[in-house]
This record gives sequence, C-alpha cells and structure tokens, in this order.
Amino acid sequence: MRQSNLYVILFAIGLTVVFGGALSLTSVGLKPLQDKQVELDTKKKILGAVMDISTIEDPNEILSIYDEKVEAIVVDINGNEVKEDSKGNPVVAEKVNIQKNYKLDAQERLYPVFMFSESGESTDAYIFPTFGSGLWDWISSYVAFGPDLNTVKGIAFDHKSETPGLGARITEASVQNRFVGKEIYNDQGELVSITMVKGEGNTGLSEHEVDGLSGATMTAKGVNAMLEKYLECYSAFIKKKKSQKTASL
Amino acid sequence: MSTDIAEVSEESAVELKTKEPAEPLFSKRRRRIVSDPLNEDNPITVQVLGICSALAVTVQFKPTMIMSIAVIFVIVFSNLITSLMRKMIPNRIRIIVQLAIIATLVTLVSEVLKAYSYDMYKVLGAYVGLIITNCIVMGRLEAFAMANKPYDSILDGFGSGFGYAWIILVVAFFRELLGGGTVFVGTPLEFDVYGSLGSLFGTTLQTNGLMVDSIGAFIILGVIIWVQRTKNGYVEH
Repeated sequence: MRQSNLYVILFAIGLTVVFGGALSLTSVGLKPLQDKQVELDTKKKILGAVMDISTIEDPNEILSIYDEKVEAIVVDINGNEVKEDSKGNPVVAEKVNIQKNYKLDAQERLYPVFMFSESGESTDAYIFPTFGSGLWDWISSYVAFGPDLNTVKGIAFDHKSETPGLGARITEASVQNRFVGKEIYNDQGELVSITMVKGEGNTGLSEHEVDGLSGATMTAKGVNAMLEKYLECYSAFIKKKKSQKTASL
Repeated sequence: MSTDIAEVSEESAVELKTKEPAEPLFSKRRRRIVSDPLNEDNPITVQVLGICSALAVTVQFKPTMIMSIAVIFVIVFSNLITSLMRKMIPNRIRIIVQLAIIATLVTLVSEVLKAYSYDMYKVLGAYVGLIITNCIVMGRLEAFAMANKPYDSILDGFGSGFGYAWIILVVAFFRELLGGGTVFVGTPLEFDVYGSLGSLFGTTLQTNGLMVDSIGAFIILGVIIWVQRTKNGYVEH
C-alpha cells in the first residue's frame, strides 16, 4: 500500500499543502516585522552616510533622529521635484525602491534626495542613493555631500553578496572613510566622479581618487561605475541647487 | 584502526532494532551517537561532507557562529521530522520528501533571521539558503533518521551539528586572525590582535590575504585533518 502510485501522489500533495501552508503563515506573520527592519535599515544607511550611528542601539532612537533631522524630496532626471507618481499618488522618498528604479530607463527613474540638517535651519548635507552591480550581485550606497554639493561628507555602502573579507569590505568604516573629503567636480566644473583605484596602499591619490581594495578589483569597478552613472543622473539637480545658492547670495 | 568509519551509522541503525525497551536516556550507545561525529566520525574532517559551506562562511567568526546555529537547528529538526514520518514516507520519493523538509526549515530560518536580525540576514542571506544543499543534513536524514526513532535522531542531529560547528568555528577563528588580524569581530569579545601587537612592538603587522580567500580555509581544514588523524591514528586504505 505504501508503495502504490495513489499513495505516493496523495502523500506528495499532503506534504506540499502542509509545508506550503506553514511557510505562507510564517511569511505573512513576519511581514510587518521584516518591513520595519527594512525601513530601519534604509534610515540607518541614510543617517550612516553623515553621522556615526554605530553606538546607538535603540532602533526607535534612530527613527526619531531621522524624523528630526532628515527631510526628503524626490526629483526626476532634470532636477525637478516630483510630488505625485503617474497615478496621482503622493511619492514618499523613503519608499522609493531604488532597485526597481534602477531597472528603468535613466530618464524615467525617480531620484530621492535626502537633506540632512543638524540644527534644523540650513542643509548640512545632501544624501543621494545610488545603485549598481558589484561582482556577484547588486551594490548600493548612500553618498552624502556637503552644502557645496561637491565634497563628500560620507558614504555608506551596502551589497547583497560580495565576498566577505574582500568586496564586502566596502561596508567597513575604514574603507568608507577613504571617500570623505574627496570631490566629484574638477576645477573646470566638470563631473569626474570618484574612482577607486586598483590595488591597496596607493599613495599620491588625487582628490578624485580613493585607495582600492586588494583582492576586490571587480567590486571596486562596480563602485566606480555606480557612482559615475548615478551622479550624472543627479547632476541636473546639483546644478539647479548650486545656481539657487549663488542667486541667493 | 577504524577502516569503516563511514558505516558506523548504518551499524547503529541495525543495532537499534534489537535493543531492549527500557534504555536509559543517556545510555552509552546514545552518548556515542552524539560524541562520534564530534571527532572520530566528524562530518567535515572524516566524512568530508559540507565542505562548500565550510569554505564559504568562515571568513569571520560571528557569521560563522550564526551559520552554525542555523545548521544545528535545521539538522536537528529535519532529523526529528523525518524520523517521525519515516514509516509514512514512500520509498520512491523519499529523497524529495527529505529535501522538502530541509528546504522548509531553511526558509523558516531565513525568514526569522530577516525579521529579527536583519544585519545578519544580509551577511548570510545567500549561505543560509545553501544549507539546503549541505550534504551533511541530507546525509543524516538518509543514513540515520530514516531508520531510527525520533529521540535517537535528535541526538544524532546534535552530534553532527556540533561536529560541523566546532570545525567551522575553528577555521573561522584562524582565518579571521590571520586574514584580518582580529578575533571575534562584532561580538563583545572583539579584539584587534594585530593592531595591539603592532603598537606593542612599534610596527604594523601585515595580514595574510590568502586567508580571506577560500584557499585559506582549505589550508586550515587540511591542518585540522592532519592533526586529528595523527591523534586518532587514522590510516587511509
């Protein structure tokens, strides 16, 4: 009986229903918690680009700092603010899925801009999310610029499956700090982005170069391509902000 | 000395059928179910199973620890579930059933990690999914849980799980030390060994890049197997 075809089929169906049901239940049950974790993770990354939050343990504290100090807008490729999507729903910068937007044509993407203000008056930092491919899977970053929209104030990388100890080192503070103070525009005002050079321990780097990661050249190349492409997409917004600033002076 | 170490589990499976009903909870035989995989019948160093994950997740100690816990959880519960169902599972689709059990448990682990420890989920995401293909888990189901009672299967799961865990933890400890110059990064015991040694002698110590590569794990595993075989007097035939 245990070997009959009917038994095998019924057993397989029963197994699928039980295991499938258990998995669906877990998935639905844990969804709110997971969403909260993702939201917290996004806000942590945004804040992480401008300040050291590694000592803050309480997630609620991070959320309240975020609410207090960060203001967000969404712009399009021409630097114009987008308030509603094509269906007329309001656009929330934190909810913009960078990964999904990355798959769209550069012209159609939404580009969130997070503005960090320490005191609540003038903007101290502009934070742009970027997205691209590393060696194995996607990499992303939140890069923060000072009020001049040229000097890097901080950068926070993230990745899906870069090799721990090699490419995954882009998430280490010591690597991210190499970007601080670097500039993305040259003296002629052209966008040159920032390049991670090959090898580690390089000296005599210009203000557009950072020391590379030994053993992770492919990840570094991905980082370079990502920064260059995304900063180009933000350049209209940057130009606009800059001209506003000179006008107000 | 022990030529047919790999068959120990099959032997104990046969033994089981003839055992008397009231066996103590921690009888000698049961203690051996747990202790054998720790040393003489170790899944990694003797049975040479689960090597892929032993290479992939052992760059740092903390992720390795989470991975060990996940594998122990999966192996114990899949052993238990398989053992409970062993009389119902049709022989012809038993491998698929075992796979379904493992895959379900692994997905559970990954969902729970995502909800409660998102940072670890990001580090281990891909590897936790790969527990499904960890030969140790399936090997135990097929070789032990299909033929033994639930309680023995749980013990066997713990044995093999810890046997796997201690090896990858040792590998991770040395890879992190030699490759990154630190120990236990991300835990309260975090310590920058090379940094403090360097400042003690006024030099900077160079870390070994080979150790962060999978090759480093191979070398350390080889050394562990060497030491273990010398100690146990294992001879290859």
